[in-house]
Amino acid sequence: MSSASKSGTKVLLAPAIAFLVLLFLYPFAYGLYLSFTKADGAATFSNYLRFFKDPWDFRTIWTTLWISVPITFINVGLAIPFAYYMRRGMKGEKTITFFLIVPITLGAVLISEGMLSYMGPRGWLNQFLMAIGLVREPVRFTHNYLGVVISLGLSGFPYAFLMLLGYVSGINPDLEKAGQMLGASRLQTFWKILFPLMVPGIAIAFCLNFVMAFSVFPSAVLLGQPSGPTRVIAIAAYQWAFEKFNFNAASAISMIMAAIELIVITLVLVWRGRMYKGASIVGKG
Amino acid sequence: MRSKLKLSNVLFAAAMVVYVANVLGILFTVILNSISKDWFRGVFPRIFTGDWYRYVSRDHDIGNLMFVTFTVAILDVVIALIISFPAAYALARKEFRGKGLLLSLFLLPMIVPPMAYGIPLAMLCYKFHLAARLSGVILVNLVPIVPFMILILMPFIEQVGTNLESAAVMLGARRTTIFRKILVPLTVPGILTAGILSIVKTISMFDLTYLVAGGNTQTIVVALYADAYAAGARPPQAVDALAVIYFLTAMICLLVALKFVSPTQMVFKLK
Repeated sequence: MSSASKSGTKVLLAPAIAFLVLLFLYPFAYGLYLSFTKADGAATFSNYLRFFKDPWDFRTIWTTLWISVPITFINVGLAIPFAYYMRRGMKGEKTITFFLIVPITLGAVLISEGMLSYMGPRGWLNQFLMAIGLVREPVRFTHNYLGVVISLGLSGFPYAFLMLLGYVSGINPDLEKAGQMLGASRLQTFWKILFPLMVPGIAIAFCLNFVMAFSVFPSAVLLGQPSGPTRVIAIAAYQWAFEKFNFNAASAISMIMAAIELIVITLVLVWRGRMYKGASIVGKG
Repeated sequence: MRSKLKLSNVLFAAAMVVYVANVLGILFTVILNSISKDWFRGVFPRIFTGDWYRYVSRDHDIGNLMFVTFTVAILDVVIALIISFPAAYALARKEFRGKGLLLSLFLLPMIVPPMAYGIPLAMLCYKFHLAARLSGVILVNLVPIVPFMILILMPFIEQVGTNLESAAVMLGARRTTIFRKILVPLTVPGILTAGILSIVKTISMFDLTYLVAGGNTQTIVVALYADAYAAGARPPQAVDALAVIYFLTAMICLLVALKFVSPTQMVFKLK
């Protein structure tokens, strides 16, 4: 190619690269810089040491993992069979996907506000559960751990499901047919053919679901007990930044948050590497 | 074999009914609560009223909330399109060194959740006095939208054959003419898809907007969170009235979006 075309590519990419550097990489580097300095700019590790020494802050890591890990397994674990079931399309698919996309679109704030009344002690859900005799006393779904987990399920499950649905419907159906012709049972076809092919998709769905759950913020405040059992790491970072106005400490917590997410993503990708080797045959046949 | 199939049908249907019933339950509780009084017991409220909407319109400058919400959404879409379209074109058509790396860098803002990069980003906004200003809110909301648009636009550009462009080049057309007369008109469906999905995403973007918005640069969803957070400062039905206003705004945009796209396009694309 001529050098004119190469410089043309640069011109085309320049705005997007400038955007990436100025609005994403630079802020991240700035956060990293802040986390290793004091308010006066002197280099220090104290922001990190403080976090790890302060049990009130350090505990947020376990609190957040305790919320995000189980619900990620539940969301992805449920999404796999449902996406498998719907892989060839079905009647009413549009209606189903519509109701799945609604909680994602509306976001955690509206869902949390709605859950407060709907799942409250006098809300419809408890009225229903008591009417059918499943429980005698209203169940506490809100202002606790359960509320936050349910809200993450309501928005995380459809996310994982729609991602996997797009992925699994791209797997060549001939592979499944070939397996069945060779005498494999339905279960074997799933475990030996489809599941291994779904692994890369499952890995990404798991990672994205986990990072979303790990950085949960509005529903942990509105639906949980933000000063106790659901004081997640994002709340700690927010409080240091905008209530105590210590940007250095807040940056350190943001970096710790990103680092934990990175560690989990790496673990998942290692698992994926062990599960799945060989060429991707995911093309549409 | 047949009974097994039926069992899975039943399980699937049951799970979907439970899921949809709860989503509808949540939404209808909000709606009914916002138009009723003294709904403390019973399946349905007995007294209906429009008071809470009057309360909300006194409490909040709804006009300004709408203005900010849509100004941010629309300006972001326009700016993001100007940034993403050429980039998507280069990534779809050209081969160059570091292309893979660049693509994965563009994916990062979509994978890293807003709460993780939002706090340093908000601090930069404070540093440059952009916080609490409309320009700051617009700027931070670009971060998730630009990569999202690049990813949506790329396949649309790939679909346009290179023949037309080659012909235009041979006839002496300049690059800007090619963009304006050939590429943009042929990728209108892609631009519409990317634009409408980005509007929906920006309207419901809470985290980033919350971190930089100030008193009169709040979007509806941020005002809703502030009201819900300060529970007790105002009647819960008034919070629900604002929730309904937000719900209707987001829903109308979602319904318009679904005229053009399928729901699977609204989540992170896996391929």
